Amino acid sequence: MEIHGWGRYPRLDASLAFPLSAGQCAPLLGEPLIARGLGRGYGDCALAPRVLDTRRLDHLLDFDPVSGVLTCAGGATLADIVQVFVPRGWFLPVTPGTRFVTVGGAVASDVHGKNHHVEGSFCEHVIGLDLLLGNGERVQASASERPDLFRATCGGMGLTGVILAARLRLKPIRSAAVVETTIKTPDLDATLAAFAEQAGSTYSVAWIDCLARGRQLGRSVLMLGEHADDGPLALSGGHPVAIPVDAPAGLLNRVTMAAFNALYYARARTGTRRVGLESFFYPLDALADWNRLYGRAGFLQYQFVVPEAAGLRVILERIAASGRGSFLAVLKAFGKGNDNLLSFPHAGYTLALDFKAEPAAFELLDSLDRLVLDHGGRLYLAKDARMSAATFRAGYPRWQEFEAVRERHHAVGRFASALSRRLELQ
Amino acid sequence: MNKILVIGATSALAEATARLWAAEGHRLHLIGRDTGRLAAIAADLKVRGAEAVTVERSDLLDHAGHAAAIDRAIASLDGLDIALIAHGSLGDQKACEADVGLALRELDTNAISVVSLLTLLGDRCAARQHGTIAVIGSVAGDRGRKSNYVYGAAKGLVGLFAEGMQHRFADSPVRLVLIKPGPTDTPMTAHLKTAGARLADPAKVAAAIHRAIGRGTPVAYVPGIWRPIMWLIRNLPRPLFNRLDI
Repeated sequence: MEIHGWGRYPRLDASLAFPLSAGQCAPLLGEPLIARGLGRGYGDCALAPRVLDTRRLDHLLDFDPVSGVLTCAGGATLADIVQVFVPRGWFLPVTPGTRFVTVGGAVASDVHGKNHHVEGSFCEHVIGLDLLLGNGERVQASASERPDLFRATCGGMGLTGVILAARLRLKPIRSAAVVETTIKTPDLDATLAAFAEQAGSTYSVAWIDCLARGRQLGRSVLMLGEHADDGPLALSGGHPVAIPVDAPAGLLNRVTMAAFNALYYARARTGTRRVGLESFFYPLDALADWNRLYGRAGFLQYQFVVPEAAGLRVILERIAASGRGSFLAVLKAFGKGNDNLLSFPHAGYTLALDFKAEPAAFELLDSLDRLVLDHGGRLYLAKDARMSAATFRAGYPRWQEFEAVRERHHAVGRFASALSRRLELQ
Repeated sequence: MNKILVIGATSALAEATARLWAAEGHRLHLIGRDTGRLAAIAADLKVRGAEAVTVERSDLLDHAGHAAAIDRAIASLDGLDIALIAHGSLGDQKACEADVGLALRELDTNAISVVSLLTLLGDRCAARQHGTIAVIGSVAGDRGRKSNYVYGAAKGLVGLFAEGMQHRFADSPVRLVLIKPGPTDTPMTAHLKTAGARLADPAKVAAAIHRAIGRGTPVAYVPGIWRPIMWLIRNLPRPLFNRLDI
């Protein structure tokens, strides 16, 4: 059947296997395959002619209510974890902007959230993994046991093996509410100053108007958050509104995007208020299938990190001048990176934005790639559908170590995705 | 806290429904064939909040073992409030047409074994004057169709048998709930999905099953849209029906 990532570009014809137990996975090994969870990777990271779909391997296996350590299968979803554990006073230590991802996917992408500057990325809270290697062996990997394999698997895009189970440390909370503070900043300097001033906030992220130019370049709505100190722990629930059909091709264009951005900026309410945890962390989850807004052709999500503000400014200027911005561009100041071989985050600024998949967008992004590399940055593999192998190698200098670990642990020739082929990994 | 027996507990619908029960803190006993999966499901239900979960491996085609398995379940649960019979297989219709042995095995899996379990559970509940028995039928049991009449006939038998038991228990507190799911996105229907069929989300179907069992609904189409659709299919005049490729 035809499958695609969340960006709906590219598409690929694949045969999917749905193992019902960990024991059913090993017999599937043979021709190269890639594990796939909920398909929320934007580009081609979970596309391959042979796919091991982990959605039936979604069991929560053990929980220690004293330490908060959860053991779960690789296909367990963050949505399930939120639903089961928030009412008991536990939350994910790190969460991306959607809860519709699997734990295996979160590990493979070493996802980050609004607290990266304080609490690091997802895998920094993972104590250990159970992996199915390419030779059919089931092994454990952690910082102390097969540390090379662990460091390669965290952020390794599923290319080292199948993540059968993970042990992660949940975070205690006293309320399902978040105290959210909203600050409006008129330009980039003010935005970056606000991030620096608010470095003590547990959660921080900015929506940035990437179509604003000149003096307004970089104007943003900064959102800060802290878990509230008092209850209740009940989730608000509610069903997402669905986008039932693909939007017509012309819906999201320069005019509607600029209007949306100007309106969003103008209407943002500054100040402090209590909001539900779901609306603070997962605003887009309320809109099921929002990826259909870009129409049948799909879209490209572009997320880079650069160490210095100067680089960010140059790239923003290029995007604003192109007039091809998106209506949801997200800026965040990262904390320091970790020791995983292919993890994306490192100290500096990260910007994520989407572009309709059309030839002009590919040209623009090629030119942005050069700017990102020139400024010492790199692109996020979980979002990517198009960077070249050369761009990958320049941005991820430890790629050869990664390949050596894969070689050593029998992954070569067993695990491959459209992404790994494009990046010319073995 | 209810004491709940789930037969065919590794089926996708049974598991999704059991998760809802677990979240409410009920006590569960699971019967299924695959011990590896039963262990993972039991662990999962415990983490999700079940008061206790016990499992028993059993081949449901071995009818002789049914009575003892049910009695062990009742002992293990220390009573019985709800029983859900959920095992089944969606056999290959074409293969069944060519192989009568296969067709009879499908009938055994989907109907005869269910009759055995319903009879035994009915007996236990009648003796205690207590309990809700739920069984997974199918919309396929509403009218024989060329694409799956072996499966449909088995589910139709289950439906008629359940209807008879409902009549028998009409004046008693014992409830019998017949669930009729439409095509659902489960491992059983993986081949339909690749053919492009629209399949219901098992979590949503499970929510409807959970609700129907809670209310004691005699016949629950899940999702509800299948009630009018199947009314139409059942009442379609034969010349028209024969032209449909379903």
